[in-house]
Amino acid sequence: MAGRAPGPGDEAMSGTPENMADRDIKEVGGATTSVVTVSGVNKVFDTSGGRTNALEGIDLTINTGEFVSLIGPSGCGKSTLLRLIGDLTAPTSGTVTVNGKPARQARLDRDYGIVFQAPVLFDWRSVQANVALPLEVKGMSRRERDERVRAMLELVELRDFARHYPYQLSGGMQQRVSIARALALQPSILLMDEPFGALDEMTRERMNSEVQRIWQQTGTTVVFVTHSIPEAVFLSSRVVVMSPRPGRIVRVIDVDLPRPRTDDTRETARYFELITEVRETLRGRRAGERADGVASAERTMAEGAVG
Amino acid sequence: MTALAGESDITSRRRVPAARRIARQIRYQAPAIVVAVAVLVIWELGVTALNMQQFILPRPSAIAAALVTESPTLQVAAGNTLFEALGGLAIGVSAGVLTAFAVSRWARVREAILPIAIGASAIPIIAAAPIFSNWFGILNPFSKMAVVILLVYFPMLINVARGLTQVEPSAVELMQASAASEGQVLRKVRIPNALPYFFTALKVCTTLSLIGAVVAEYFGGSSDVLGRVIVQSSSRLRFDITWAAITVAALSGILMYLVVLMVERVVIPWHASQRVAES
Repeated sequence: MAGRAPGPGDEAMSGTPENMADRDIKEVGGATTSVVTVSGVNKVFDTSGGRTNALEGIDLTINTGEFVSLIGPSGCGKSTLLRLIGDLTAPTSGTVTVNGKPARQARLDRDYGIVFQAPVLFDWRSVQANVALPLEVKGMSRRERDERVRAMLELVELRDFARHYPYQLSGGMQQRVSIARALALQPSILLMDEPFGALDEMTRERMNSEVQRIWQQTGTTVVFVTHSIPEAVFLSSRVVVMSPRPGRIVRVIDVDLPRPRTDDTRETARYFELITEVRETLRGRRAGERADGVASAERTMAEGAVG
Repeated sequence: MTALAGESDITSRRRVPAARRIARQIRYQAPAIVVAVAVLVIWELGVTALNMQQFILPRPSAIAAALVTESPTLQVAAGNTLFEALGGLAIGVSAGVLTAFAVSRWARVREAILPIAIGASAIPIIAAAPIFSNWFGILNPFSKMAVVILLVYFPMLINVARGLTQVEPSAVELMQASAASEGQVLRKVRIPNALPYFFTALKVCTTLSLIGAVVAEYFGGSSDVLGRVIVQSSSRLRFDITWAAITVAALSGILMYLVVLMVERVVIPWHASQRVAES
Protein backbone atom coordinates (compact mmCIF):
# COMPACT_ATOMS: atom_id res chain seq x y z
CA MET A 1 0.00 0.00 0.00
CA ALA A 2 3.02 2.17 -0.28
CA GLY A 3 1.99 5.83 -0.16
CA ARG A 4 -1.46 5.36 -1.53
CA ALA A 5 -4.28 7.51 -0.16
CA PRO A 6 -7.26 5.68 1.31
CA GLY A 7 -9.37 4.56 -1.58
CA PRO A 8 -12.91 3.40 -2.12
CA GLY A 9 -13.79 0.39 -0.06
CA ASP A 10 -11.92 1.58 3.00
CA GLU A 11 -15.08 2.71 4.71
CA ALA A 12 -16.22 -0.89 4.90
CA MET A 13 -13.32 -1.53 7.22
CA SER A 14 -14.02 1.30 9.65
CA GLY A 15 -14.35 -1.18 12.50
CA THR A 16 -10.71 -2.27 12.18
CA PRO A 17 -8.95 -2.69 15.53
CA GLU A 18 -6.03 -0.27 15.73
CA ASN A 19 -3.44 -2.74 16.95
CA MET A 20 -3.78 -5.01 13.95
CA ALA A 21 -3.20 -2.19 11.50
CA ASP A 22 0.21 -1.04 12.68
CA ARG A 23 2.06 -2.97 9.98
CA ASP A 24 0.31 -0.95 7.34
CA ILE A 25 1.12 2.31 9.10
CA LYS A 26 4.77 1.30 9.00
CA GLU A 27 4.56 0.65 5.28
CA VAL A 28 2.77 3.91 4.61
CA GLY A 29 5.55 5.66 6.52
CA GLY A 30 7.91 4.51 3.76
CA ALA A 31 10.67 3.43 6.19
CA THR A 32 11.16 0.14 4.38
CA THR A 33 14.27 -1.76 3.42
CA SER A 34 14.48 -4.32 0.66
CA VAL A 35 14.77 -7.99 1.60
CA VAL A 36 14.84 -9.44 -1.87
CA THR A 37 16.34 -7.78 -4.94
CA VAL A 38 16.05 -9.62 -8.23
CA SER A 39 17.83 -7.81 -11.03
CA GLY A 40 18.15 -8.63 -14.70
CA VAL A 41 17.39 -12.28 -14.12
CA ASN A 42 16.99 -14.70 -17.02
CA LYS A 43 16.40 -18.40 -16.66
CA VAL A 44 16.76 -20.79 -19.55
CA PHE A 45 15.92 -24.47 -19.27
CA ASP A 46 17.69 -26.82 -21.66
CA THR A 47 15.35 -29.67 -22.39
CA SER A 48 15.32 -32.41 -24.97
CA GLY A 49 12.76 -30.37 -26.87
CA GLY A 50 15.10 -27.38 -27.03
CA ARG A 51 15.63 -24.26 -24.94
CA THR A 52 12.83 -22.75 -22.92
CA ASN A 53 13.00 -19.17 -21.71
CA ALA A 54 11.39 -19.69 -18.33
CA LEU A 55 12.11 -16.15 -17.18
CA GLU A 56 13.28 -13.11 -19.10
CA GLY A 57 14.47 -9.77 -17.77
CA ILE A 58 13.04 -10.04 -14.29
CA ASP A 59 13.53 -7.09 -11.93
CA LEU A 60 11.73 -7.15 -8.63
CA THR A 61 12.31 -5.63 -5.23
CA ILE A 62 10.51 -6.95 -2.16
CA ASN A 63 10.58 -4.88 1.02
CA THR A 64 10.70 -5.95 4.64
CA GLY A 65 7.39 -7.16 5.95
CA GLU A 66 5.69 -7.15 2.56
CA PHE A 67 3.31 -9.84 1.38
CA VAL A 68 3.95 -10.28 -2.32
CA SER A 69 2.03 -12.69 -4.53
CA LEU A 70 3.27 -13.99 -7.86
CA ILE A 71 0.36 -14.81 -10.14
CA GLY A 72 0.09 -15.93 -13.73
CA PRO A 73 -0.97 -18.80 -15.98
CA SER A 74 0.97 -22.04 -15.74
CA GLY A 75 4.29 -21.83 -17.52
CA CYS A 76 4.81 -18.15 -16.66
CA GLY A 77 7.73 -19.03 -14.41
CA LYS A 78 6.22 -17.89 -11.12
CA SER A 79 7.36 -21.01 -9.29
CA THR A 80 10.77 -20.75 -10.95
CA LEU A 81 11.06 -17.17 -9.71
CA LEU A 82 10.21 -18.34 -6.18
CA ARG A 83 12.79 -21.12 -6.42
CA LEU A 84 15.40 -18.62 -7.66
CA ILE A 85 14.77 -16.43 -4.63
CA GLY A 86 15.13 -19.52 -2.41
CA ASP A 87 18.31 -20.70 -4.18
CA LEU A 88 16.69 -23.99 -5.10
CA THR A 89 17.72 -23.23 -8.67
CA ALA A 90 20.29 -20.79 -10.08
CA PRO A 91 19.60 -18.02 -12.62
CA THR A 92 21.11 -18.34 -16.08
CA SER A 93 22.08 -14.67 -15.80
CA GLY A 94 21.36 -11.80 -13.45
CA THR A 95 21.55 -11.65 -9.67
CA VAL A 96 19.31 -12.47 -6.73
CA THR A 97 20.22 -10.68 -3.52
CA VAL A 98 18.57 -11.57 -0.23
CA ASN A 99 19.20 -9.64 2.97
CA GLY A 100 22.11 -7.94 1.25
CA LYS A 101 23.89 -11.17 0.31
CA PRO A 102 23.73 -13.69 -2.56
CA ALA A 103 20.74 -16.04 -2.38
CA ARG A 104 23.04 -19.02 -1.76
CA GLN A 105 24.52 -17.42 1.33
CA ALA A 106 21.05 -16.52 2.57
CA ARG A 107 20.01 -20.15 2.23
CA LEU A 108 23.08 -21.36 4.10
CA ASP A 109 22.30 -18.76 6.80
CA ARG A 110 18.80 -20.29 7.05
CA ASP A 111 17.04 -17.05 6.10
CA TYR A 112 14.22 -18.97 4.37
CA GLY A 113 11.23 -21.00 5.30
CA ILE A 114 9.51 -22.94 2.53
CA VAL A 115 5.99 -24.27 2.12
CA PHE A 116 5.15 -26.36 -0.95
CA GLN A 117 1.78 -27.26 -2.44
CA ALA A 118 2.06 -30.71 -0.84
CA PRO A 119 2.68 -30.51 2.90
CA VAL A 120 5.77 -32.80 2.54
CA LEU A 121 5.48 -34.03 6.12
CA PHE A 122 7.53 -37.04 7.14
CA ASP A 123 5.28 -40.00 7.95
CA TRP A 124 7.70 -41.32 10.56
CA ARG A 125 7.68 -38.13 12.58
CA SER A 126 4.91 -36.88 14.84
CA VAL A 127 3.58 -33.38 14.28
CA GLN A 128 5.97 -31.91 16.84
CA ALA A 129 8.93 -33.87 15.47
CA ASN A 130 8.13 -32.62 11.96
CA VAL A 131 8.15 -29.03 13.18
CA ALA A 132 11.39 -29.69 15.07
CA LEU A 133 13.22 -31.01 12.00
CA PRO A 134 14.82 -27.72 10.86
CA LEU A 135 15.79 -27.02 14.47
CA GLU A 136 17.51 -30.42 14.69
CA VAL A 137 19.31 -29.72 11.44
CA LYS A 138 20.56 -26.45 12.91
CA GLY A 139 21.79 -28.35 15.99
CA MET A 140 19.58 -26.61 18.53
CA SER A 141 19.43 -28.11 22.03
CA ARG A 142 16.48 -30.26 22.94
CA ARG A 143 15.08 -27.77 25.43
CA GLU A 144 15.25 -24.86 23.01
CA ARG A 145 13.66 -27.07 20.38
CA ASP A 146 10.74 -28.12 22.55
CA GLU A 147 10.07 -24.54 23.50
CA ARG A 148 10.16 -23.31 19.91
CA VAL A 149 7.99 -26.17 18.67
CA ARG A 150 5.38 -25.40 21.31
CA ALA A 151 5.33 -21.74 20.29
CA MET A 152 5.00 -22.67 16.61
CA LEU A 153 2.15 -25.10 17.18
CA GLU A 154 0.47 -22.42 19.26
CA LEU A 155 0.86 -20.04 16.34
CA VAL A 156 -0.87 -22.38 13.89
CA GLU A 157 -3.36 -23.47 16.55
CA LEU A 158 -2.41 -27.14 16.53
CA ARG A 159 -1.12 -27.44 20.08
CA ASP A 160 -3.47 -30.32 20.86
CA PHE A 161 -2.16 -32.31 17.91
CA ALA A 162 1.54 -32.28 18.80
CA ARG A 163 1.74 -36.05 19.25
CA HIS A 164 -0.41 -36.96 16.27
CA TYR A 165 1.05 -38.40 13.10
CA PRO A 166 0.54 -36.73 9.72
CA TYR A 167 -1.89 -39.37 8.45
CA GLN A 168 -4.21 -38.54 11.34
CA LEU A 169 -4.64 -34.94 10.17
CA SER A 170 -6.82 -33.35 7.48
CA GLY A 171 -5.19 -31.67 4.48
CA GLY A 172 -5.61 -28.19 5.94
CA MET A 173 -4.11 -29.23 9.25
CA GLN A 174 -1.18 -30.89 7.50
CA GLN A 175 -0.48 -27.67 5.64
CA ARG A 176 -0.59 -25.73 8.91
CA VAL A 177 2.04 -28.12 10.30
CA SER A 178 4.24 -27.43 7.29
CA ILE A 179 3.78 -23.66 7.85
CA ALA A 180 4.80 -24.11 11.50
CA ARG A 181 7.87 -26.03 10.35
CA ALA A 182 8.77 -23.35 7.79
CA LEU A 183 8.55 -20.66 10.48
CA ALA A 184 10.36 -22.67 13.17
CA LEU A 185 13.76 -21.11 12.44
CA GLN A 186 12.13 -17.66 12.46
CA PRO A 187 13.21 -16.98 8.88
CA SER A 188 13.14 -13.44 7.52
CA ILE A 189 11.42 -14.70 4.35
CA LEU A 190 8.67 -17.24 3.97
CA LEU A 191 8.39 -18.73 0.47
CA MET A 192 5.04 -20.34 -0.28
CA ASP A 193 4.52 -22.23 -3.54
CA GLU A 194 0.77 -22.62 -4.12
CA PRO A 195 0.37 -23.79 -0.54
CA PHE A 196 -3.41 -24.06 -0.67
CA GLY A 197 -3.80 -25.28 -4.25
CA ALA A 198 -4.85 -28.73 -3.10
CA LEU A 199 -7.46 -27.54 -0.59
CA ASP A 200 -11.17 -27.02 -1.10
CA GLU A 201 -12.48 -23.47 -1.42
CA MET A 202 -13.84 -23.18 2.13
CA THR A 203 -10.65 -24.48 3.73
CA ARG A 204 -8.63 -22.27 1.44
CA GLU A 205 -10.44 -19.12 2.58
CA ARG A 206 -9.96 -20.11 6.20
CA MET A 207 -6.28 -20.78 5.59
CA ASN A 208 -5.95 -17.37 3.91
CA SER A 209 -7.20 -15.61 7.05
CA GLU A 210 -4.88 -17.83 9.07
CA VAL A 211 -1.86 -16.91 6.95
CA GLN A 212 -2.69 -13.23 7.21
CA ARG A 213 -2.82 -13.53 11.00
CA ILE A 214 0.48 -15.43 11.15
CA TRP A 215 2.10 -12.90 8.82
CA GLN A 216 0.92 -10.02 10.98
CA GLN A 217 2.05 -11.74 14.18
CA THR A 218 5.51 -12.73 12.96
CA GLY A 219 6.42 -9.82 10.70
CA THR A 220 7.95 -12.25 8.20
CA THR A 221 8.21 -11.16 4.58
CA VAL A 222 6.13 -13.51 2.44
CA VAL A 223 6.52 -14.42 -1.23
CA PHE A 224 3.44 -16.34 -2.28
CA VAL A 225 2.88 -18.16 -5.57
CA THR A 226 -0.74 -18.75 -6.51
CA HIS A 227 -3.07 -18.97 -9.45
CA SER A 228 -6.08 -17.90 -7.48
CA ILE A 229 -6.88 -14.24 -8.10
CA PRO A 230 -9.10 -13.80 -4.99
CA GLU A 231 -6.41 -15.39 -2.84
CA ALA A 232 -3.71 -13.09 -4.24
CA VAL A 233 -5.84 -9.96 -3.73
CA PHE A 234 -7.02 -10.96 -0.26
CA LEU A 235 -3.54 -11.67 1.08
CA SER A 236 -1.11 -9.39 -0.69
CA SER A 237 0.41 -5.98 -0.25
CA ARG A 238 1.36 -6.25 -3.91
CA VAL A 239 0.36 -8.65 -6.65
CA VAL A 240 3.01 -9.39 -9.30
CA VAL A 241 1.24 -10.40 -12.51
CA MET A 242 3.27 -12.56 -14.88
CA SER A 243 2.82 -13.80 -18.46
CA PRO A 244 4.26 -16.91 -20.11
CA ARG A 245 6.68 -17.67 -22.95
CA PRO A 246 8.92 -16.05 -22.03
CA GLY A 247 8.07 -15.57 -18.38
CA ARG A 248 7.92 -11.85 -17.64
CA ILE A 249 6.46 -9.51 -15.09
CA VAL A 250 3.58 -7.74 -16.81
CA ARG A 251 2.62 -5.44 -14.01
CA VAL A 252 2.73 -5.01 -10.25
CA ILE A 253 -0.57 -4.07 -8.64
CA ASP A 254 -0.72 -2.45 -5.21
CA VAL A 255 -3.50 -3.81 -3.03
CA ASP A 256 -4.75 -1.02 -0.81
CA LEU A 257 -7.35 -2.96 1.15
CA PRO A 258 -7.00 -2.15 4.84
CA ARG A 259 -5.79 -4.73 7.34
CA PRO A 260 -6.80 -6.94 8.86
CA ARG A 261 -8.81 -8.24 5.96
CA THR A 262 -11.80 -10.28 7.01
CA ASP A 263 -14.66 -12.17 5.42
CA ASP A 264 -16.35 -8.75 5.10
CA THR A 265 -13.42 -7.58 2.98
CA ARG A 266 -14.41 -10.19 0.42
CA GLU A 267 -17.69 -8.34 -0.08
CA THR A 268 -16.38 -4.81 -0.55
CA ALA A 269 -16.50 -2.97 -3.86
CA ARG A 270 -12.76 -2.27 -3.77
CA TYR A 271 -12.00 -5.99 -3.40
CA PHE A 272 -14.00 -6.73 -6.54
CA GLU A 273 -12.36 -3.87 -8.40
CA LEU A 274 -8.92 -5.21 -7.58
CA ILE A 275 -9.89 -8.73 -8.59
CA THR A 276 -11.16 -7.38 -11.89
CA GLU A 277 -7.96 -5.40 -12.33
CA VAL A 278 -5.77 -8.46 -11.80
CA ARG A 279 -7.97 -10.52 -14.11
CA GLU A 280 -7.87 -7.95 -16.88
CA THR A 281 -4.11 -7.74 -16.58
CA LEU A 282 -3.84 -11.50 -16.79
CA ARG A 283 -5.91 -11.40 -19.97
CA GLY A 284 -3.35 -9.07 -21.43
CA ARG A 285 -5.63 -6.03 -21.45
CA ARG A 286 -4.40 -2.85 -19.89
CA ALA A 287 -6.77 -1.93 -17.09
CA GLY A 288 -6.64 1.71 -18.25
CA GLU A 289 -8.41 0.75 -21.46
CA ARG A 290 -11.55 -0.02 -19.53
CA ALA A 291 -14.43 2.40 -19.72
CA ASP A 292 -14.95 2.87 -15.99
CA GLY A 293 -11.30 3.85 -15.44
CA VAL A 294 -10.87 1.92 -12.24
CA ALA A 295 -7.12 1.69 -12.61
CA SER A 296 -4.91 4.64 -13.27
CA ALA A 297 -1.91 4.66 -15.55
CA GLU A 298 0.51 5.38 -12.74
CA ARG A 299 -0.20 1.98 -11.20
CA THR A 300 0.74 0.29 -14.41
CA MET A 301 4.29 1.44 -13.85
CA ALA A 302 4.40 0.42 -10.21
CA GLU A 303 7.73 -0.39 -8.67
CA GLY A 304 9.42 -3.46 -10.01
CA ALA A 305 7.34 -3.81 -13.14
CA VAL A 306 9.23 -4.51 -16.30
CA GLY A 307 8.68 -3.96 -19.97
CA MET B 1 -13.23 -33.86 11.53
CA THR B 2 -11.63 -37.03 10.21
CA ALA B 3 -8.44 -36.49 12.17
CA LEU B 4 -10.31 -36.47 15.46
CA ALA B 5 -12.33 -39.51 14.53
CA GLY B 6 -9.13 -41.33 13.57
CA GLU B 7 -7.54 -40.48 16.89
CA SER B 8 -10.46 -41.65 19.01
CA ASP B 9 -10.43 -44.87 17.02
CA ILE B 10 -6.84 -45.51 17.94
CA THR B 11 -7.24 -44.72 21.62
CA SER B 12 -10.34 -46.85 21.90
CA ARG B 13 -8.46 -49.75 20.32
CA ARG B 14 -5.83 -49.42 23.03
CA ARG B 15 -8.42 -49.46 25.79
CA VAL B 16 -10.17 -52.65 24.66
CA PRO B 17 -9.85 -55.27 27.46
CA ALA B 18 -7.53 -58.18 26.77
CA ALA B 19 -10.30 -60.81 26.76
CA ARG B 20 -12.24 -58.93 24.11
CA ARG B 21 -9.15 -58.37 22.05
CA ILE B 22 -8.37 -62.09 22.06
CA ALA B 23 -11.97 -62.88 21.16
CA ARG B 24 -11.70 -60.45 18.27
CA GLN B 25 -8.45 -62.07 17.14
CA ILE B 26 -10.06 -65.52 17.19
CA ARG B 27 -13.01 -64.26 15.21
CA TYR B 28 -10.59 -62.72 12.70
CA GLN B 29 -8.52 -65.91 12.39
CA ALA B 30 -11.53 -68.26 12.49
CA PRO B 31 -11.98 -68.77 8.71
CA ALA B 32 -8.34 -69.81 8.25
CA ILE B 33 -8.46 -72.17 11.22
CA VAL B 34 -11.69 -73.78 10.04
CA VAL B 35 -10.33 -74.34 6.53
CA ALA B 36 -7.05 -75.80 7.85
CA VAL B 37 -8.81 -78.21 10.19
CA ALA B 38 -11.24 -79.22 7.44
CA VAL B 39 -8.38 -79.98 5.03
CA LEU B 40 -6.63 -82.14 7.64
CA VAL B 41 -9.82 -84.07 8.45
CA ILE B 42 -10.67 -84.67 4.77
CA TRP B 43 -7.05 -85.67 4.12
CA GLU B 44 -7.06 -88.14 7.03
CA LEU B 45 -10.45 -89.67 6.18
CA GLY B 46 -9.82 -89.62 2.43
CA VAL B 47 -6.52 -91.49 2.65
CA THR B 48 -8.13 -94.14 4.91
CA ALA B 49 -11.28 -94.47 2.80
CA LEU B 50 -9.38 -94.73 -0.50
CA ASN B 51 -6.91 -97.12 1.10
CA MET B 52 -3.99 -95.11 -0.26
CA GLN B 53 -0.41 -96.37 0.10
CA GLN B 54 1.77 -94.66 2.71
CA PHE B 55 4.43 -93.76 0.13
CA ILE B 56 1.94 -91.93 -2.06
CA LEU B 57 0.34 -89.82 0.65
CA PRO B 58 0.77 -90.53 4.35
CA ARG B 59 -2.09 -89.69 6.71
CA PRO B 60 -1.69 -86.50 8.78
CA SER B 61 -1.73 -88.67 11.90
CA ALA B 62 1.19 -90.70 10.53
CA ILE B 63 3.11 -87.49 9.82
CA ALA B 64 2.35 -86.32 13.36
CA ALA B 65 3.60 -89.63 14.71
CA ALA B 66 6.81 -89.32 12.66
CA LEU B 67 7.25 -85.79 14.00
CA VAL B 68 7.22 -87.22 17.52
CA THR B 69 9.34 -90.33 17.01
CA GLU B 70 11.89 -88.57 14.80
CA SER B 71 11.95 -85.40 16.84
CA PRO B 72 15.57 -85.81 18.09
CA THR B 73 16.84 -86.15 14.51
CA LEU B 74 14.52 -83.44 13.20
CA GLN B 75 15.51 -80.98 15.95
CA VAL B 76 19.21 -81.35 15.20
CA ALA B 77 18.55 -81.14 11.46
CA ALA B 78 16.35 -78.07 11.81
CA GLY B 79 18.96 -76.38 14.01
CA ASN B 80 21.72 -76.97 11.47
CA THR B 81 19.59 -75.87 8.53
CA LEU B 82 18.43 -72.74 10.36
CA PHE B 83 22.07 -71.93 11.16
CA GLU B 84 22.90 -72.06 7.45
CA ALA B 85 19.82 -70.08 6.48
CA LEU B 86 20.23 -67.40 9.15
CA GLY B 87 23.99 -67.12 8.63
CA GLY B 88 23.54 -66.68 4.90
CA LEU B 89 20.64 -64.30 5.49
CA ALA B 90 22.67 -62.11 7.85
CA ILE B 91 25.67 -61.92 5.52
CA GLY B 92 23.58 -61.50 2.35
CA VAL B 93 21.33 -58.83 3.84
CA SER B 94 24.27 -56.87 5.29
CA ALA B 95 26.11 -57.03 1.99
CA GLY B 96 22.97 -56.02 0.09
CA VAL B 97 22.30 -53.04 2.37
CA LEU B 98 25.92 -51.83 2.27
CA THR B 99 26.01 -52.12 -1.52
CA ALA B 100 22.70 -50.24 -1.69
CA PHE B 101 24.21 -47.32 0.24
CA ALA B 102 27.23 -47.22 -2.07
CA VAL B 103 25.13 -47.58 -5.20
CA SER B 104 22.70 -44.82 -4.23
CA ARG B 105 25.51 -42.46 -3.20
CA TRP B 106 27.94 -42.78 -6.13
CA ALA B 107 26.87 -43.09 -9.74
CA ARG B 108 30.25 -44.66 -10.55
CA VAL B 109 29.66 -47.51 -8.12
CA ARG B 110 26.16 -47.96 -9.51
CA GLU B 111 27.46 -48.29 -13.05
CA ALA B 112 30.21 -50.69 -11.96
CA ILE B 113 28.25 -52.95 -9.62
CA LEU B 114 24.64 -53.12 -10.82
CA PRO B 115 25.30 -55.06 -14.07
CA ILE B 116 27.35 -57.64 -12.16
CA ALA B 117 24.72 -57.92 -9.42
CA ILE B 118 21.97 -58.41 -11.98
CA GLY B 119 24.08 -61.04 -13.76
CA ALA B 120 24.79 -62.87 -10.50
CA SER B 121 21.10 -62.91 -9.62
CA ALA B 122 20.36 -64.68 -12.88
CA ILE B 123 22.54 -67.69 -11.94
CA PRO B 124 20.28 -70.67 -11.18
CA ILE B 125 21.02 -71.62 -7.55
CA ILE B 126 20.84 -75.30 -8.42
CA ALA B 127 23.85 -74.73 -10.65
CA ALA B 128 25.68 -72.70 -8.02
CA ALA B 129 25.25 -75.17 -5.14
CA PRO B 130 27.72 -77.87 -6.33
CA ILE B 131 30.24 -75.18 -7.27
CA PHE B 132 30.12 -73.62 -3.80
CA SER B 133 30.42 -77.12 -2.25
CA ASN B 134 33.53 -77.60 -4.30
CA TRP B 135 34.96 -74.20 -3.34
CA PHE B 136 34.25 -74.11 0.38
CA GLY B 137 34.16 -77.84 1.19
CA ILE B 138 31.08 -80.01 1.05
CA LEU B 139 30.94 -80.37 4.86
CA ASN B 140 31.51 -76.68 5.52
CA PRO B 141 28.16 -74.99 6.37
CA PHE B 142 29.45 -71.90 4.58
CA SER B 143 29.08 -73.71 1.25
CA LYS B 144 25.31 -73.71 1.95
CA MET B 145 25.35 -70.15 3.32
CA ALA B 146 26.98 -68.99 0.07
CA VAL B 147 23.93 -70.23 -1.85
CA VAL B 148 21.66 -68.31 0.54
CA ILE B 149 23.80 -65.17 0.17
CA LEU B 150 23.58 -65.40 -3.60
CA LEU B 151 19.81 -65.73 -3.32
CA VAL B 152 19.05 -62.86 -0.89
CA TYR B 153 21.71 -60.33 -1.86
CA PHE B 154 20.05 -58.99 -4.99
CA PRO B 155 16.46 -58.41 -3.81
CA MET B 156 17.86 -56.63 -0.73
CA LEU B 157 20.21 -54.47 -2.79
CA ILE B 158 17.55 -53.41 -5.29
CA ASN B 159 14.87 -52.64 -2.72
CA VAL B 160 17.03 -50.67 -0.30
CA ALA B 161 18.69 -48.75 -3.12
CA ARG B 162 15.23 -47.79 -4.36
CA GLY B 163 14.16 -46.69 -0.88
CA LEU B 164 17.27 -44.54 -0.48
CA THR B 165 16.89 -42.83 -3.86
CA GLN B 166 13.14 -42.57 -4.36
CA VAL B 167 12.69 -39.66 -1.98
CA GLU B 168 10.30 -36.84 -2.83
CA PRO B 169 12.38 -34.08 -4.46
CA SER B 170 10.56 -31.48 -2.38
CA ALA B 171 11.59 -33.31 0.80
CA VAL B 172 15.22 -32.89 -0.21
CA GLU B 173 14.63 -29.23 -1.14
CA LEU B 174 13.05 -28.70 2.25
CA MET B 175 16.21 -30.01 3.88
CA GLN B 176 18.32 -27.79 1.60
CA ALA B 177 16.30 -24.78 2.68
CA SER B 178 17.36 -25.57 6.26
CA ALA B 179 20.97 -25.81 4.99
CA ALA B 180 21.11 -29.50 5.89
CA SER B 181 24.29 -31.45 5.11
CA GLU B 182 24.20 -34.53 2.91
CA GLY B 183 24.70 -36.69 5.99
CA GLN B 184 21.66 -35.12 7.62
CA VAL B 185 19.56 -35.72 4.51
CA LEU B 186 20.70 -39.34 4.61
CA ARG B 187 19.93 -39.85 8.30
CA LYS B 188 16.72 -37.88 8.54
CA VAL B 189 15.13 -38.50 5.13
CA ARG B 190 16.70 -41.26 3.04
CA ILE B 191 17.18 -43.95 5.68
CA PRO B 192 13.69 -43.63 7.24
CA ASN B 193 12.28 -43.58 3.72
CA ALA B 194 14.14 -46.82 2.89
CA LEU B 195 12.97 -48.73 5.99
CA PRO B 196 9.66 -49.97 4.54
CA TYR B 197 11.53 -51.11 1.41
CA PHE B 198 14.04 -52.91 3.64
CA PHE B 199 11.32 -54.82 5.47
CA THR B 200 9.54 -55.76 2.26
CA ALA B 201 12.81 -57.22 0.99
CA LEU B 202 13.58 -58.89 4.32
CA LYS B 203 10.25 -60.74 4.28
CA VAL B 204 11.05 -62.11 0.83
CA CYS B 205 14.61 -62.93 1.88
CA THR B 206 13.72 -64.94 5.02
CA THR B 207 11.62 -67.31 2.93
CA LEU B 208 14.27 -67.45 0.23
CA SER B 209 17.01 -68.19 2.79
CA LEU B 210 15.33 -71.37 3.97
CA ILE B 211 14.61 -72.53 0.43
CA GLY B 212 18.23 -71.80 -0.51
CA ALA B 213 19.64 -73.73 2.44
CA VAL B 214 17.46 -76.81 1.89
CA VAL B 215 18.13 -76.90 -1.85
CA ALA B 216 21.89 -76.52 -1.26
CA GLU B 217 21.77 -79.47 1.16
CA TYR B 218 20.41 -81.70 -1.61
CA PHE B 219 23.87 -81.69 -3.18
CA GLY B 220 25.53 -83.43 -0.27
CA GLY B 221 27.26 -82.58 2.95
CA SER B 222 26.44 -83.27 6.57
CA SER B 223 23.48 -85.65 6.89
CA ASP B 224 22.09 -83.87 9.99
CA VAL B 225 20.23 -81.24 7.98
CA LEU B 226 16.61 -81.02 6.77
CA GLY B 227 17.56 -81.30 3.10
CA ARG B 228 19.43 -84.58 3.68
CA VAL B 229 16.65 -85.96 5.91
CA ILE B 230 14.20 -85.30 3.09
CA VAL B 231 16.44 -86.93 0.45
CA GLN B 232 17.34 -89.94 2.57
CA SER B 233 13.91 -90.68 4.01
CA SER B 234 12.29 -90.49 0.58
CA SER B 235 14.87 -92.87 -0.88
CA ARG B 236 13.92 -95.30 1.89
CA LEU B 237 10.23 -94.71 1.01
CA ARG B 238 9.66 -93.37 4.54
CA PHE B 239 7.49 -90.56 3.26
CA ASP B 240 6.00 -89.96 6.68
CA ILE B 241 9.47 -88.73 7.76
CA THR B 242 9.82 -86.74 4.51
CA TRP B 243 6.54 -84.99 5.23
CA ALA B 244 7.55 -84.42 8.83
CA ALA B 245 10.81 -82.78 7.71
CA ILE B 246 8.91 -80.63 5.20
CA THR B 247 6.53 -79.61 8.00
CA VAL B 248 9.48 -78.60 10.20
CA ALA B 249 11.02 -76.61 7.35
CA ALA B 250 7.72 -74.84 6.69
CA LEU B 251 7.19 -74.05 10.37
CA SER B 252 10.73 -72.66 10.62
CA GLY B 253 10.07 -70.42 7.64
CA ILE B 254 6.77 -69.20 9.10
CA LEU B 255 8.48 -68.52 12.44
CA MET B 256 11.22 -66.43 10.81
CA TYR B 257 8.61 -64.54 8.83
CA LEU B 258 6.60 -63.78 11.98
CA VAL B 259 9.71 -62.48 13.75
CA VAL B 260 10.33 -60.09 10.85
CA LEU B 261 6.68 -58.98 10.95
CA MET B 262 6.95 -58.20 14.66
CA VAL B 263 10.21 -56.27 14.27
CA GLU B 264 8.66 -54.38 11.37
CA ARG B 265 5.68 -53.40 13.47
CA VAL B 266 7.97 -52.05 16.19
CA VAL B 267 10.36 -50.22 13.86
CA ILE B 268 7.95 -48.63 11.35
CA PRO B 269 4.59 -48.31 13.14
CA TRP B 270 4.01 -45.13 11.12
CA HIS B 271 3.99 -46.87 7.75
CA ALA B 272 0.71 -47.31 5.86
CA SER B 273 1.15 -51.09 5.69
CA GLN B 274 1.11 -51.26 9.49
CA ARG B 275 -2.04 -49.15 9.71
CA VAL B 276 -3.87 -51.47 7.35
CA ALA B 277 -2.76 -54.45 9.43
CA GLU B 278 -4.05 -52.77 12.57
CA SER B 279 -7.61 -52.15 11.46
